[in-house]
Amino acid sequence: MTDSLDLSNLRADFPVLAREIKPGVPLVYLDSTATSQKPAAVIEAMNNYYRLSNANIHRGVHTLAEEATALYEGARERIAKFINAKSAQEIVYTRNTTESINLVAYSWGRANIKAGDVIVITEMEHHSNIVPWQMLAAEKNARLVVIPVTDDGELNLSRFESILEMGPKIVCLTHMSNVLGTINPVAQIAEKAHAVRALVLVDGAQSVPHLPVDTQSLGADFLAFSAHKMCGPTGIGVLWGRKELLEAMPPFLGGGDMIRRVTLTEFRVNDLPHKFEAGTPAIAEAVGFGAAIDYLVSAGMGAVSGHEREIIAYALDRLEEVPGVKVYGPRAERKGGVAAFTLDGVHPHDIAQILDTRGIAVRAGHHCAMPLHERFGLPATARASFYLYNTQAEVDRLVDGLYEVKKLFA
Amino acid sequence: MDDMYREVILDHYKHPRNYGKLEPADISYEDDNPLCGDRIRIDIRLDENDRVKEAAFSGKGCAISQASASMLTEEILGKSLDEIKQIGKEQILELLGIELGPTRLKCALLSLKVLKAGAYGITDADN
Repeated sequence: MTDSLDLSNLRADFPVLAREIKPGVPLVYLDSTATSQKPAAVIEAMNNYYRLSNANIHRGVHTLAEEATALYEGARERIAKFINAKSAQEIVYTRNTTESINLVAYSWGRANIKAGDVIVITEMEHHSNIVPWQMLAAEKNARLVVIPVTDDGELNLSRFESILEMGPKIVCLTHMSNVLGTINPVAQIAEKAHAVRALVLVDGAQSVPHLPVDTQSLGADFLAFSAHKMCGPTGIGVLWGRKELLEAMPPFLGGGDMIRRVTLTEFRVNDLPHKFEAGTPAIAEAVGFGAAIDYLVSAGMGAVSGHEREIIAYALDRLEEVPGVKVYGPRAERKGGVAAFTLDGVHPHDIAQILDTRGIAVRAGHHCAMPLHERFGLPATARASFYLYNTQAEVDRLVDGLYEVKKLFA
Repeated sequence: MDDMYREVILDHYKHPRNYGKLEPADISYEDDNPLCGDRIRIDIRLDENDRVKEAAFSGKGCAISQASASMLTEEILGKSLDEIKQIGKEQILELLGIELGPTRLKCALLSLKVLKAGAYGITDADN
């Protein structure tokens, strides 16, 4: 594994990075936390699938059906290896992280949560790891308890200790905040949660694309993530769960492929992971997901995270040079490649709009984390986020752009 | 588009007209754009012929939403409530003098939405 990535070659792998937003103004894509760009290998894998092998999977006898099934299941095997799952049976395809979390909330949650039970979330969650639990708590008359965030943008772990005394049934937290970039100490939290026999669900939407994640040392019982944030296509994600938990859970959606046998009065569920995959799935997307995994494996996740550590450290230094800029979240060494910031006197939407005229794509808003913004007293932030294809020169263009914004609004 | 930050828009953003609250007012309404957190309140006082005698806006938001609110409070002076109900999005865009994509259009039209809800007699209690 190399320590640094060959960026000039690597950038050429992503066709869209050659794009000019207007003549002479090249794209600076700093919105990978929302969705990453896709390498040609992923686009071609999906294209080839449709051109050569398109068929519905499972139960088909003909050549195309067998090829499609092998591609679909082969991707699952590589995903399992990528996160060091004990078996590909622990990899359930979903539409995205949101659906993965909902699957647990509906299936495990409806079967195991009773009135008065405690469900723990954190103040830095994406709405996708808040709302399903609010819905479950409301339906079951359970209690939703929140681990607060400190001023430095980290979880308040002493509060977590006292929450544990309430005997929670499940602790749901993000591995890496999509706003603050905070990397949470999942293993430490999971150990304490397991000591009171609570399960741990980890939102890995931001961590699996950016850090080496090993499900056998992470400490989680469930891990949810999406392909589209890790060089793959939209429309497919994964729920990883410990096999014995998935085995014990009732099915989520009913239909084809999730059954072993159906009569007009009853059904028997299929084996894992098919039990949770009702209906024709996103086959081309699974093929693209597999290609994305191959791409990240060849880049090396250690190198990817090392590159991002360097670039976020550089970005924070440069952003803090700009008078009136405030970046939220922990110091560079404690976070991933995300910088949410404000600029005095200028609304984040205006920042993003003006940067766009210079080809720079950043996001503005609450980034689906309204409670976290409320906690910091902010209606919105601008957010620059980085991935393996970003360069320090792009950080410089962002900073130049912010000086332009300041000039315009002076 | 750089055009979006025309001098007139920046001028209204940096030096908003009729900024503040009218208390008491004949009409008051407040709403937000949950996408960006922008919030605008508009207060109106009517004269004896039920025409706008005074208008004020308050709240926080981006340059586009603040400038359109500022311009709107000037535009509606002397108008009847029926005339206010006739104001459409084209007139707001004309006031701003720019073209906007769907996301920023919501910023531009927030003040009009608030104004019309007020003109139609909706109060915060109904919301």
